[in-house]
Amino acid sequence: MSVCDTTTPKRPRWRAWLETDTPQSVRQASLQETWRKVLYFRSQPLGMIGLALLLLLLFVVVFAPLLATHNPIAQDLDARLLPPSAQYWLGTDHLGRDVYSRIVYGARTTLRIAVLVAIIVAPLGLVIGATAGYLGGIVDEILMRITDVFLAFPGLILALGFAAALGPGVDNAIIAIALTAWPPIARLARAEALTIRQADYIAAVRLQGASAARIIVRHVMPVCLPSVTVRVTLNMAGVILTAAGLGFLGLGAQPPWPEWGAMVAVGRQFMFDYPWVVAAPGLAIAAISLAFNLLGDALRDTLDPRIG
Amino acid sequence: MSEPRLLQLQDLRVSFHSRDGVVDAVRGVSFSLGREKLGIVGESGSGKSMTGRALMRLLPSTATMHAKTMRFGEIDLLAASERQMCQVRGRHIAMIMQDPKYSLNPVVTVGKQITETYRRHRRTGGRAARDYAIEMLDAVKIRDPARVFHQYPHEISGGMGQRVMIAMMLAAEPSLLIADEPTSALDVTVRFEILQLLDELIQSRHLGVLFISHDLNLVRRYCDRVLIMYAGQVVEEIEADRLNEATHPYTRGLLDSMPRIHRPRHRLPVLQRDPAWREPLTADER
Amino acid sequence: MIELEVRDLTVAFGPERQRVRAVEDVSFAIARGACFGLVGESGCGKSTVLRVIAGLNRDYGGTVSLRGTPVPPRRDKAYYKRVQMVFQDPYGSLHPGKTVYSQIMGPMLVHKLAGAEQRVDRALEAVGLGTAFRFRYPHQLSGGQRQRVAIARALALEPEVLLLDEPTSALDVSVQAEILNLLADLREREGLTYLLVSHDLAVIAHLCEELAVMDRGRIVEALTRDQLVRGETKVDSTRRLLEASEELGEDRLPPEAPR
Repeated sequence: MSVCDTTTPKRPRWRAWLETDTPQSVRQASLQETWRKVLYFRSQPLGMIGLALLLLLLFVVVFAPLLATHNPIAQDLDARLLPPSAQYWLGTDHLGRDVYSRIVYGARTTLRIAVLVAIIVAPLGLVIGATAGYLGGIVDEILMRITDVFLAFPGLILALGFAAALGPGVDNAIIAIALTAWPPIARLARAEALTIRQADYIAAVRLQGASAARIIVRHVMPVCLPSVTVRVTLNMAGVILTAAGLGFLGLGAQPPWPEWGAMVAVGRQFMFDYPWVVAAPGLAIAAISLAFNLLGDALRDTLDPRIG
Repeated sequence: MSEPRLLQLQDLRVSFHSRDGVVDAVRGVSFSLGREKLGIVGESGSGKSMTGRALMRLLPSTATMHAKTMRFGEIDLLAASERQMCQVRGRHIAMIMQDPKYSLNPVVTVGKQITETYRRHRRTGGRAARDYAIEMLDAVKIRDPARVFHQYPHEISGGMGQRVMIAMMLAAEPSLLIADEPTSALDVTVRFEILQLLDELIQSRHLGVLFISHDLNLVRRYCDRVLIMYAGQVVEEIEADRLNEATHPYTRGLLDSMPRIHRPRHRLPVLQRDPAWREPLTADER
Repeated sequence: MIELEVRDLTVAFGPERQRVRAVEDVSFAIARGACFGLVGESGCGKSTVLRVIAGLNRDYGGTVSLRGTPVPPRRDKAYYKRVQMVFQDPYGSLHPGKTVYSQIMGPMLVHKLAGAEQRVDRALEAVGLGTAFRFRYPHQLSGGQRQRVAIARALALEPEVLLLDEPTSALDVSVQAEILNLLADLREREGLTYLLVSHDLAVIAHLCEELAVMDRGRIVEALTRDQLVRGETKVDSTRRLLEASEELGEDRLPPEAPR
């Protein structure tokens, strides 16, 4: 860029820089666009609640060793199934392990699953969907039939099958969940690409002599991206529940390492007499699922290109 | 001019609140309307459509409106409850929108949509409503009304769709019609037919019409009186057939900037927008 | 010298059994530097002709030739260096998520042209938008500004032929005048050849020396501007269009004409 000012403006000036009508470079323009989105997002209270909950989760994950009061896997058979108290904030489970500390450490597993699944699923679904939708014809036919095969099985059952075949463990659970989670994303991206394909601005790019690959990567996929992001965020709740389900069935995280779903699974036999064993991880799952849903809803509105 | 006014509007203001601040879409519009054809002309963003919607109290939720008076006959449109407004809309004031493709329900047959409007406002039996609907379709000069009655909106052309819209809107026998760009989505040759039809119906039913359009030519040809709107205000009011004598530079500029078949010019004069046109008008409006 | 020629163009849509002919035996030729108008009501096939020439519709019969050389149905990059198009709706023809700069930069990157940045600036300058507009997004522009950007994008490759698909019908009259003036200036300055498609006879008559009237997929009449202005038409379709624009507009009608 020819006239990009290199000096970083000081505090009072950065806002002016972000809000000026005449940006001087592509970078400034795109930062301004992001800034407008940030401002819009900030005006949505529910979305902010979701974001706050997720930041809290991130905080817990990073500082787990500092936040935990006990060793999450240390057993103390004398202190089994104790109710919440000053020493054990959320009580203890059937092996005398501190439930609070297990939830703190379990957050690591949960977030790891959520993030890794998103990283696998979003690009896979986006590429397959955008390609199928834009190219159409035989390519669309083949890609969508493959998608249909995956869609035909209930997600948890398919994940169960994969987890059973690959062996139990968190990594295998992630792969299994990712394999079941991409088809809806691909379908969504395809539906978007189908409408984008008809748009004049895509025709205009074709008239520049651009190749199909270039159009898909540089023009179709960026337009599909917001709705895919939203969808993936909304799916995170389901992913966490599936992970919990796999953990519940013993195919996710392996004992003694804590994972919320597995905690609920093991705790359920004591549920009626010692409800805290199940309630705490159950609430954690519900809260994080809700947080992802709130965030997804707010993102859907924010990323709408018409808002600006 | 001595007959009672159908509609009286004084100092209508509509503003939108967004995070970028307040945008005033309509800034003090006043007019009264008898059983005549009143045109509102302006470019996009002039506030003409918002004026029409405000009269129906159909503004988006982000808008606020104020007015000194807004009366339809005996009804105070400002004070009317939402329930009363439902009575007013359709029964007393009908609105025709730009594109019949979007304003007709695609999954309901044409006949059903007309009978439904009719029965909502006039509690009659199904049989009578059906006959009336076919009569209405005939009145808007649809050739085979009995066949069209059973068709779905996608099976008929744009011009026909707008005829159906008109039939539907007039079915409840309103006394005021608000037509917001009723012919913009139609072909030039069809446009004329629709306007002629609308005109005949208005004459025979003795209606008042508020005709909102961006097209000066259309309005001058069709209306009795024209209001020219710019930046939310009425900058000029003039008899339609004296539009050529318009004095406001904005009106003059609009008239000049149109290409004409019979007056070829090498370059079209470009409208120079004077910031003074945006200034609030002095209180000399009626 | 003939710049663009279309010969016996036929386009049909739909499955084998019930194919509908959208365009039938359309032929015309445009001299270099001329402006040719194609006018008709919606659905008459005029836009289809334009899309065929642009290469957006590859399934057609007949030939399209550029300076006497027929071009294949699957157009190559070199073709688009010479032929560009401006679309009707400036709200739909610009990518919603890209700045003005990126929109115009796109074609440079595809064609790997040297001095791309200067070309962007020159194109923006040519359509009367200052460089202040370079880094705005489409949603920050008015309809007229968007259409200028779309024209700048088409001009950036410095083509010889510009295909114009109702370039002003989505704009306000005062903005339409600006865009029509701009198009006239550009043609004069850059020696461009125009093919203008419109439903509005007044717009066609303003810009084009020659025009053809289309009805139900066929060219029913070819006229010069002078013939049109004098009303020398032999077919009903033209007369209908002419009458419609007179009825609705032209102030040569007496004001007391019966309503």
